[in-house]
Amino acid sequence: MPISDDLRDLYQQVILDHSKSPRNHGELGSDSLHVHGDNPTCGDEIDVWVQFGLDGAVQDIKFTGQGCAISQASTSMMTVKVKGAARAKVEALLKDFRTVVTGEGTVQDEYALGELVLLEGVQKFPQRVKCAMLGWCALEQALEQAAPSSNA
Amino acid sequence: MDWTRIRADFPILDQQVQGGPLVYFDNAASSQKPRQVIAALVRYYQQDNANVHRGLHDLSMRATDAFEAGRAKAARFIGAAREEEIIFTRGTTEGINLVAQVWAAQFLKAEDVILLTGMEHHSNLVPWQLAARRCGAVLKHVPVLDDGTLDLAAFDVLLTTQVKVFACVHISNSLGTINPVKELCAKARAVGAMTLVDGAQAAGHVPVDVRDIGCDFYAFSGHKMCAPTGIGVLYGRHGLLETMDPWHGGGEMINSVTLEASTFKPPPARFEAGTPDIAGVIGLAAAIDYLEAIGIAAIQAHGLELTNYAIQRLGEVPGTRILGPQGARASLVAFTLACAHPHDLVEFANSHGLALRGGHHCTQPLMKRFKVPGTSRASFYFYNTQAEVDRMLDILRQAVTFFS
Repeated sequence: MPISDDLRDLYQQVILDHSKSPRNHGELGSDSLHVHGDNPTCGDEIDVWVQFGLDGAVQDIKFTGQGCAISQASTSMMTVKVKGAARAKVEALLKDFRTVVTGEGTVQDEYALGELVLLEGVQKFPQRVKCAMLGWCALEQALEQAAPSSNA
Repeated sequence: MDWTRIRADFPILDQQVQGGPLVYFDNAASSQKPRQVIAALVRYYQQDNANVHRGLHDLSMRATDAFEAGRAKAARFIGAAREEEIIFTRGTTEGINLVAQVWAAQFLKAEDVILLTGMEHHSNLVPWQLAARRCGAVLKHVPVLDDGTLDLAAFDVLLTTQVKVFACVHISNSLGTINPVKELCAKARAVGAMTLVDGAQAAGHVPVDVRDIGCDFYAFSGHKMCAPTGIGVLYGRHGLLETMDPWHGGGEMINSVTLEASTFKPPPARFEAGTPDIAGVIGLAAAIDYLEAIGIAAIQAHGLELTNYAIQRLGEVPGTRILGPQGARASLVAFTLACAHPHDLVEFANSHGLALRGGHHCTQPLMKRFKVPGTSRASFYFYNTQAEVDRMLDILRQAVTFFS
């Protein structure tokens, strides 16, 4: 029974590695922003803590959660990428990452995405887009709560 | 029993999915339909289709006869005393909602206790939560033991005269537990509680006799027992149905209507407003004929054999945890694998043509009780084979290698 290319693309080694050994796993203190995200249809849950700097940059980020390899790996990879990034860069990444997993639109800055492009295998599994976006949607909410008036 | 010949009645099973032969192990979610049931639907639509009960022309009379024959067949199938005790619904969920709305609105009051169990499907939990919210009743739950059976000692303690409703699943869709519903209903009746049994996983899978069980209501769905989707049955004890108000208002459920008020038909018409799912009833009747020709006892035995074999084989896979009782159980097995989340495992299985179910199975409190985010579930029906279980095991072994 061969394993299909689509499946191998979905579960690349880097993704499985992040799901088994998530980076930035844990919680931040009460001075950080905490957002809870869940996917009620499958029960996946993510809690993201973000410490924003005065300039709006993501100074620190941690997460906990339970769910499938895709949701946990995607969130882990997200934290690595956005930690220390300016708000504008995080917003650009969010937009590009959504394009990567949905296949809708054009990626603006592939170089900035780096390893995150490995998640483009999700495109072939539309029911898993929500899994890949779970942590990102929580981050999006955190950005909104940190600076709701931003037009960026 | 010639199971190979029986399997050939299910054209859908003979197909490739993702490059592998389809192995359909999601029967607890919905069963497949034999060509005999499909043919009954086609025949109805090609020869007899018309609205029921109101027409004086041939087609309407034929449709009405077939529809009401379906009611009589359903009554006999579950051992009801009379066919007026059969209310056609969209499925188990609608049947339970009917009771939790109509009966509860009339007979439940603040501080009354609604006793459920910790293994209810959301469809036998949420309707009662809504009922409790409306009238101020209190929900209580019989705990589930580690082995997946109900805590019967706790049941005895919880069963006070405050309990006005006892609603319980016959067979757990998440654990495969077969609950002792006859014993439970007898005790509940003794304190004066109304009793409802959710038979979604039981009808068509184990023998069901509502008078032997002694419940007031029994709800089940057609689509889990070879009938089409969209048709189900709510059995209600006739004496109780007669005391109940209508649910939906509309055509078919009235005797006479003025601009100001209406009078209502007796059960079951009182609870069947509007044009019913006529084809669904005809399909359900064909499914009952089909299942009874095989024999429910034979179906149950075949399912248990496959389940026991699957449990034994799953034990060979490292990191497997099996939920649910040892010994007597229904034809499904839910399990977790240490190396893979259920969704990842189900995705992997699907890429080989194996249809499993992964997740919380609409029993979130039960998943919490067993401290799992969800499980993977293989559920069998009589057309499944031991060779398919073997293939599942090959795929699971490969998944373990892939995800480890």
